[in-house]
Order: sequence, then structure tokens, then C-alpha cells
Amino acid sequence: MTEQIDLSPSRRRGTKGDVVLEVAGLDVSFPSGDGPVRAVRGVDYTLRRGEVLGIVGESGSGKSVTSMAVMRLLPNTARVSGEIRFDGRNLLDLSEAEMTRVRGSKIAMIFQDPMTSLNPVYTIGAQIAEAVRAHHDVSKAAAMDRAVELLDKVRIPNAKDRAGSYPHELSGGMRQRVVIAIAMANDPDVIIADEPTTALDVTVQAQIMDALKAAQDETGAAMVLITHDLGVIAGQADRVMVMYAGKLVEVGSAEDIFYTPRMPYTLGLLGSLPRLDRRSARLTPIPGSPPSVVNMPPGCPFGPRCPKHTEICDETEPELRPTTGPAHLAACHHAETLVGAAADDVFETEVADAEALHQLAEETP
Amino acid sequence: MTSPVETVETVETPTLLSVRNVVKHFPIRSKGLIRRQIGAVQAVSDVSFDLAEGETLGLVGESGCGKSTTARVVLNLIPATSGEVLYRGRDLTALSRSDMRGLRRELQIVFQDPYASLDPRLPVNEIIAEPLRIHGRYADGGRDTVRTLMQTVGLKPEHGNRYAHEFSGGQRQRIGIARALALRPKLLVLDEPVSALDVSIQAGVLNLLDELQAELGLSYLFVSHDLSVVRHIADRIAVMYLGQIVEIGTSEELFTAPAHPYTQALISAIPLPDPRKERARERITVVGDLPSPADPPSGCRFRTRCPKFANELTAEQQTRCVEQPPELVDRGDGHPVSCHYAESRALL
Repeated sequence: MTEQIDLSPSRRRGTKGDVVLEVAGLDVSFPSGDGPVRAVRGVDYTLRRGEVLGIVGESGSGKSVTSMAVMRLLPNTARVSGEIRFDGRNLLDLSEAEMTRVRGSKIAMIFQDPMTSLNPVYTIGAQIAEAVRAHHDVSKAAAMDRAVELLDKVRIPNAKDRAGSYPHELSGGMRQRVVIAIAMANDPDVIIADEPTTALDVTVQAQIMDALKAAQDETGAAMVLITHDLGVIAGQADRVMVMYAGKLVEVGSAEDIFYTPRMPYTLGLLGSLPRLDRRSARLTPIPGSPPSVVNMPPGCPFGPRCPKHTEICDETEPELRPTTGPAHLAACHHAETLVGAAADDVFETEVADAEALHQLAEETP
Repeated sequence: MTSPVETVETVETPTLLSVRNVVKHFPIRSKGLIRRQIGAVQAVSDVSFDLAEGETLGLVGESGCGKSTTARVVLNLIPATSGEVLYRGRDLTALSRSDMRGLRRELQIVFQDPYASLDPRLPVNEIIAEPLRIHGRYADGGRDTVRTLMQTVGLKPEHGNRYAHEFSGGQRQRIGIARALALRPKLLVLDEPVSALDVSIQAGVLNLLDELQAELGLSYLFVSHDLSVVRHIADRIAVMYLGQIVEIGTSEELFTAPAHPYTQALISAIPLPDPRKERARERITVVGDLPSPADPPSGCRFRTRCPKFANELTAEQQTRCVEQPPELVDRGDGHPVSCHYAESRALL
């Protein structure tokens, strides 16, 4: 082989710690019959080379939409405003052709369901080679060699033979490895992984997290890890952003978020997790459900479900402000009241209507 | 070792359900007109366990391990290929349809998907009343019972005229629970009841199940893939792999001293929501994917993925794993484990 694709880390510009992506004042809304659906509101963050930024939140919190906006993969009906600075340019100003050159090459994305992100009628080798050739002018043979090398890196056994397999011939875990290989193919600066392990069994999840970590080490990329699994975040993320109703409600290091949460929502979320490492006496469910993001009332979006709720929460929406340190921000008027509080000090644990339950017990034969 | 306290407990509470050597095979048929049987998916292979009154047994394992099939066989919703399911001493697999129908009152199920398990054309109070009507109990105070049930699970009785789609996922799951409770069952089979819910909602359903059990003395067979949830709710846990129970014991035993390599791998694969602990943990990783249940490996079914088999055993020891299926017996770990070389380890 004479042709070589130079993707060695030595060609990289910049070093660990440099800002690679900066999102400022990101707003995303979708028109609907009832008025605009404000899926993301005023999200700001910076992402540094080599770091893992975790985004957590429950369904509908806007965590995926935030990242789809960065990739400019939202449908045309979406109204996106704000700034997404990457490589000295605002991605929102790029033409579609320019964006295509960034997507997959500089910023790669891994989706939840590997079956829908792979093409069923091409071999996996061909799909990885296609990704290589999309951004590098190399021969098919060289691209295929690179594909086999990538399959090997994500620890697919017998990579050379496997390159000829179709997606349906592989298990879910193997397919997700292929998707990771495609994401690595062009040595991106940013990898966005949206619930990369959610569809998989736990033992396979652990394998995929390892592959993802290897991919990040190999490319030196920064990673945005979106998940609802707080365990995955605890293990992988350097910094964490908690989203609720389209807004960042708490931002900090993994330690800040897990050991000294300053937003009641974060505290409730942690308290509602059953723990593997200890028998928790009572979980703390968060009453009610998230607000509709159409016609949001003024005030704190978590207010109606919050046990710390007071009048001010209905009047002004709290801004993110520093709490335990300058880098640990929380959007809560009453953040200070959470100092030293455990989840079950703040939230109710009883669920059943005691009186009705008692009546039911009495009537039971 | 089992502590004396636990021994006393197991003696005092009578066994409600006793599953003995249950096997369930699904035939694989050839294509074409004749559709000869060309094989069988061995979904459940020789599973036995007991469930005491007022107890919660967790059945855990990954997809395809046979946990849901086991639950359905227990309720006689699908017939067992062989084996017995003794409910208060009566073998459910041998009952006639009408006898079974009478017993269904005492055995109820809550399904995973609260979107698929509620009739979209019925208002909620009718959904909850349906079992009462079927068993001829509605006429006598059924309306009040439905109100009490709704209140019990934390729903407003005045919302009884609404339809299922007007409720959130967590509320729908409560409707499913209210319906299952309508006939005052003794045993509730919960098939992944919280898997479709966000954690903050899931916690509410788990607490509700706890409270219901304490007050109504229910027994739960709790099927789940989520070990953390099972640890929270179950008194005892059975871990399944490829149609078999590989380890069974009290929640405490299984988490403090897991002895089967699969249980160990499972526990170590689950990330803890605690950054310092999680980053300092030792990982036992399983390689490869689940073999086909239509053609399980000889001997020990886990050996093809077993880290112990691959890294620790001598060739001679491996031969035993390949040739001889390990029995589910206590090998000095305090609880039954189906591994020739079982060895308990602290992982948390």
C-alpha cells in the first residue's frame, strides 16, 4: 500500500483544554397550532478539547434538540437562534454545503438506535469507507483498509471478515461499534453521543462505553454525552449540565452535581434513583410532571413541582448563578436552602392515599 | 451463611407459589406448506423457585433470558412444555380453563407498556371496573371500589371519566396497578412495570408498590432487567441467563457476595450514580453476545462469555464446564449458584 491517510494525532492543531465549541444563547422553537414549542431556551456552554460534557435530563427536556441544533440536523420548520461557534465560525451562518463539510468530519454524531443509523443494503465496511471518502480524496481500496483498521479499533473480532457483513448480521452491540467506527473515521474534534447505550443490555452497555472512551482517546476529541442514565454520567463526564423544560438548570463538575446539588430538581432526580450499592429506604419521586413547553407561564419551570416553591418562584424565572464555586451554577432562587439537605428531607416519599389504602385493606377478604 | 433470623422468617411464612422444573420451548418451523418443526427455542429450561406469602421475588436478566416467558407461564397465560406451577398446592398447568378462570382473581399481572395495555376506547373507571364485571362483582358496590382504588394509587376519582391517553405514563401505570388490584389478588406479577418511565416517575410507582405490599400483604413476582430497581424492591432475587436460573438468594446475599461469574459481571456492568465510587470500581467484563437460545452451548450455558472460563480456569477445569451442566446448588456460598467454580466476591 503506497497510499496513506494521515490521521495521526500529530496533525492536530491545538492541545487539550482549548475551547473547541462554544454555544451561546441557543434558542430552538418549533411552530405548532397552539403557539411556538420552545424546546430549548438560552443554552450556553463551552466544550474543551479532550473533555466529556454530560447532558442529563428526562424525556422532553431538550437535551437531544440542543445537540441536533449544533449538528444543524433539525427539520426546516425549527427556528434556531443564538450562536454556535466552532473553528472560529458560527455554524448557524454556514451554507448547507459548508455545513456538510463540517458534519461527520469535524463534528461526528452517534445516535441511540444503531439499526436506523446504518444502511441495511450496504456492508459495514462499505459504509465506513464511504464516510472516509466523503472527506478524504483516497482510493476505494485505501478507504477499505482504513475501515478494517477502524473496526479493529472498536474491537470487532476478525475485522477483515466482518467488514463484509451487513448490519442485520450483527448484534445490537456490534452495530453500535460500527457506528462508533464511522464517527471516528475522519478524526473529528467533537463527538456527540446521544443515548449511545440506551437500547442495549447492561453487559453490552459497558463494552460500548469502553469503545466510546477508546474512540475519544484515539481522536483526542471532545465528547458531548447525552443520556438519562445518571450512572453513565457519573462514570464518564468531567462536567455535567442538567436540563429541565428546555433550560439548563444546573451546571458543574460531576462531583458538584452528584455530591452537592443546588437545584431541587437535581436533588429529587438523584433521590429517585434506586441504588445498586446500598438499600435505600425510601425513594423520592418528584410529584407532577414536566410543564408543557408551549405557552410557558412566567417564573421557574420547576416551581409547580418544587417543595421549596415560594412566591418569587412564580414571578421571576431564576437565572443560572454561582453556588458552591464559580463553575457550579444553579438556576434556583432557593439554592442556599439545599446546603446539607438529603433528598428525603426535601421531597415527600409517601405516594398512596393512606386512608383509601386502609379502606381497601379492610375490605380485602 | 444464612443468618438465624432469616431462617425463622422462611419457616414462618407459608409458600404461596412453587415453580418446579418448568420448561417452555417454542417450536421453530420450516417455511412452506408443511411447516415441519425443525427446532425449538428453549426459552425456559428447567426453572424452579418458591415465592412466600408477602414476599417479593425479583427475576432479573438481560433480554432473551426467559424472564418474561417464565412470568407468563406462572400465570398460565402460555402453557408450559413441562413442569409444575403450584399455587397454594394446586398445579395450575393441570387446571381446566374454567377452574383457572376462578383462580385468576388471585393472580394478576401489570404489564410493561402503559400505552399498550390500557384500552383506548374505555374511560378509566371502566378499565378498572372491567375485572369486577367479568367476575360478577361490580353490582355489589363496584362503583365505590373503583373510587377507592383510584384514590389508593394516587389518582383523582373525579378523573374517572377520562380516557387513558389523557394521562401521563406514570399515571397510566397506576391505572394498570389499580386494575390489577380490583379483584384483591394475592399474587401480582409485575413485568418490567417501571422500565418505560422516567426515573422521577418510576420512583413514585416503586414507592406505591412498597406501600401496597405493606398494607395489603401482596406477594410480588417482579420481572426486570434493572438490577438497581430489583435490589430496591425485592426480598429475594433470581438471576436468569439463557433460560436458566444461575443464582438465587436474598437481595443482600446477591449484592454483597455474588458467586456466579454472570451475576458478578452484571453487577459490575451497572454504573453507579456516584462519581468517586464509579471511577474507582473494578470491572468484570463479559465478552461477545448472547448465544442463540435455539442452540445453547453444551455444559454450562454461560461458558462462551464467561470471564472466569476464559481467564482463570485450566484446560482440565474448562472441560468440566463444556461437558457437564452445573447444577443450581449451594456450593458453600450461602445460596444456590449454578457454577462449578463459584466463588463469592465483593464488588460494591
